[in-house]
Amino acid sequence: MPRRLTIKDAYLENRLFLNRLVVAVAGILVFVIGLTARLVYLQVAGHEHYSSLSKNNRVKISPLPPTRGLIYDRNGEILAENVTTYSLEIIPEQVDDLERTLLSLKTLLNIDDEEIESFRTLKRRSKSFASIPLLLRMNEDELARFSVRRLHFPGVEIHARLVRKYPHADLMSHVIGYVGRINEDELKSIDAAVYQGTNHIGKIGIEKSYETVLHGTAGYEEIETNAQGRLIHTIGNVSPTPGADLHLSLDIHLQKTAYDALAEYTGAVVAIEPDTGNVLVFASKPGFDPNPFVYGIPKKDYAALQSSPDRPLFNRALHGVYPPGSTVKPFIGLAGLEVGATDRGRRTYCPGFYRLPNSSHRYRDWRKGGHGSVDLKTAIIQSCDVYFYDLAHDMGITRLSGFLARFGFGTRTGIDLTGEKSGLLPSPEWKRRIRNQPWYPGETLITGIGQGFFQVTTLQLAKATAIMANRGRAVSPRLVTRIVHHDHSIITVQPDASDVPLGAANVDSIIEAMIDVVHGARGTARKISEGIDYRIAGKTGTAQVFTVKQQESYKESQVDKKLRDHALFVAFAPADRPRIAISVIVENGGHGGSVAAPIAGLVIKQYLANKSS
Amino acid sequence: MTYSVPQVRFPLPAEPPGGFFYKIHVDLTLLAALILLSSIGFVILYSAGGQHIDLVFRQATRLGIAYATMLILAQIPPRHFRHYAPGLFVIGIGLLAAVLIMGEIGKGAQRWLNLGLFRFQPSEMIKISTPMMISWYLAENPLPPRIKQILITGILIIVPTLLIAKQPDLGTALLVAASGAAVLFVSGIRWRFLLKVGIVLGGLTPLLWHFMREYQRARILTFLNPEADPLGNGYHIIQSKIAIGSGGIYGKGWLNGTQAQLEFLPERSTDFIFAVFAEEFGLLGCLTLLLVYLMIICRCLYIALQAQDTFSRLLAGSLSITFFVYVFVNIGMVIGILPVVGVPLPLISYGGTSMVTLLAGFGILMSIHTHRRLLPI
Repeated sequence: MPRRLTIKDAYLENRLFLNRLVVAVAGILVFVIGLTARLVYLQVAGHEHYSSLSKNNRVKISPLPPTRGLIYDRNGEILAENVTTYSLEIIPEQVDDLERTLLSLKTLLNIDDEEIESFRTLKRRSKSFASIPLLLRMNEDELARFSVRRLHFPGVEIHARLVRKYPHADLMSHVIGYVGRINEDELKSIDAAVYQGTNHIGKIGIEKSYETVLHGTAGYEEIETNAQGRLIHTIGNVSPTPGADLHLSLDIHLQKTAYDALAEYTGAVVAIEPDTGNVLVFASKPGFDPNPFVYGIPKKDYAALQSSPDRPLFNRALHGVYPPGSTVKPFIGLAGLEVGATDRGRRTYCPGFYRLPNSSHRYRDWRKGGHGSVDLKTAIIQSCDVYFYDLAHDMGITRLSGFLARFGFGTRTGIDLTGEKSGLLPSPEWKRRIRNQPWYPGETLITGIGQGFFQVTTLQLAKATAIMANRGRAVSPRLVTRIVHHDHSIITVQPDASDVPLGAANVDSIIEAMIDVVHGARGTARKISEGIDYRIAGKTGTAQVFTVKQQESYKESQVDKKLRDHALFVAFAPADRPRIAISVIVENGGHGGSVAAPIAGLVIKQYLANKSS
Repeated sequence: MTYSVPQVRFPLPAEPPGGFFYKIHVDLTLLAALILLSSIGFVILYSAGGQHIDLVFRQATRLGIAYATMLILAQIPPRHFRHYAPGLFVIGIGLLAAVLIMGEIGKGAQRWLNLGLFRFQPSEMIKISTPMMISWYLAENPLPPRIKQILITGILIIVPTLLIAKQPDLGTALLVAASGAAVLFVSGIRWRFLLKVGIVLGGLTPLLWHFMREYQRARILTFLNPEADPLGNGYHIIQSKIAIGSGGIYGKGWLNGTQAQLEFLPERSTDFIFAVFAEEFGLLGCLTLLLVYLMIICRCLYIALQAQDTFSRLLAGSLSITFFVYVFVNIGMVIGILPVVGVPLPLISYGGTSMVTLLAGFGILMSIHTHRRLLPI
């Protein structure tokens, strides 16, 4: 754009600018006077009018929390429900003489000092018009006594609310988990609009992993209140959407059988349907009562749970890792057949120990005298260690752990619970990466009998057993089979399956050996074969406890107990058309055959008896 | 081409350049007034935000960033702003277009541009670069602007305004338009032109209506008759008026405003915070607050008056007037004399981005004031 020759008249520009600023200031003053006039109109002239409107301000929007979805077992037995509880709450602002009120309530309802103290603490942190709970759970007697004298206590109200209840307490605690009060961290990660009016959130277990499904969506209502904020009537509302109900594959009766069968032992039992991955039993003993956690468990009770030597808060099925011991032998035997490191005819002489070439160190067999000359089948039936030392040595650790990985060892099973442990499938790479040490040949041997670094969860063992039962089809275990939404739409959770390519003849010969573990004359678990008309394929295991855990300081007998071996057992049945795969770990139980196998036997028999009838 | 305007004496005492704060490019009077205002902001935010000290801390962090931005900008001599004005404007327009095309959708409106590390709101940048651009353009030519310059200025105003209105962010669009118009005003545009511009804008109102979204139209209609829809769009303004009116002359006292504390008042820590203030501190508090705002605006206008070249002067004048427009639009909306447009109360409302822009503007003003030279009279 060609610039025209123009002359800037600085004096004129300055005058003009000054002029405009003066106008601007004048304009601003006019506008400010306008604002002031309006404020005077509202705050002086209209003060009385608006004051009374403010006092009578009555329409409030209050959130309506949704009802949490229920949880059922496969038979429709309720595992988590909502029950109405009544709490006594005080709005301090509306009470004339708080001290006197507290005193008369105390005598009326036998409230102890501790509860009064916690009320005072809450009161200090709350606004004066907030409703502060004094009693959280009122029983019917207290309810009746207060209701009669209600008029004498202005500002004191009974609030009814739905609170989570777990009727099966410790039996289901490690599966269902519990809800608790939303904490600061959770507050940051949730959608505030959805959680309007909700105080609780799933903390562990199904309650946590299905939180979004169980919770639902909050609604709200417009309510008309009087000057004290007391409800007069509801003008309109948007209903909350209740959370969806969950149907689990668990069978409460089977779960109870397994849990009770563990008797005084600590341990875990997991049973799954091989073709669907449906979890039938998911027991970890001891459990705990999750109900106090809903209200906020008193500190000393929580401390007692935490310091208990049996560690009831510890989910052994999901978080407990154990050496698999001999239960891993069928898998290693199969590995040998599949990679060609052994065949069905190959025999190894077992003198009761094994020595690596050029080494004097003896790797002992569990039977001092040895098993003599054994083939693979006999080695599995009698659980001969020397055969597997030899086989592992021939196969080498890389091929061994590579094959075991296909059965899901060392990786999470993908169950629908959070915080699952992945166990540990050792390999030279792992050792170099984590410990920065080379792999020693002796470590291959002990891996071959499921000891050493090798660690599995009960759940992993059950899944691996199911893969064996399926003859090479892996299905992720899952607890929730159906999600039933409020609008009656049902989501059926489909099994998540994948194929593990295995030679059919090889698998059959291993399964034959596993059948003989239970049904053979010299099988290590032959006791449980009594009185059944189908075949169970199983394998016992005993895992050494290497170290004493933590600093334990109880009686000598107890220390001895804690040093005892873990007893393990895996099985599936019926062997030809498997409908249940199970793994049992009994901590410090001693021998797998005598302690763990009978528990599995009970569960299998009960399940198959029910099914056939 | 840079030429400085020969200074003529103003009928106000000139503040000679010099002194410690001049050297570190800080205008002490302005800074003190701003700090006073932000302190009032913290006090009322604590009450409005439901007495959560966290909220105040978060706001303090943002304010810290905003003050830092202000002090940094104050170090840059105004000639740099002039030099980069066209470039910044072009970039700003480009970013606005980018937001429309690929901007993230938040709250149904497209305002943010995700730059990986942080999210950036180009409409904030354009709030400053539009008056900067127009000041640059008008300063290149003799004042008062002729018809051709007025038309080009009109285009410079309309392009960013429409781009922002399309987001849709009507409040910011109007503020950007106001900042551009403010430059035209202080440049000495003749009254008859001003009249014509006013008539043209008035004629464009139906067009604006066409551009508005449903909710924006609802707000205008609500403003005209709030009682027609007391639980929907009218709810804000009715509750706000109750809060202010019930405050009376002396107010209900800090933390005692029932409208705010009982949560009748919506958006009480953001756009409607003035209502909380009015409820708790009454008419006397409101007048005090207005006085603080006036102090700041007068100081800004004084800085504009003292500016030594046309660009600085126009820019300073525009920034000062725009600041007042912010205050006026927000308070006007809260006390029910303007429709509800989402404009925060400067330095009081909770929220970060607009505060940084606001203080950036004050930084430029400080720069203008503290980079003056001693000129022979």
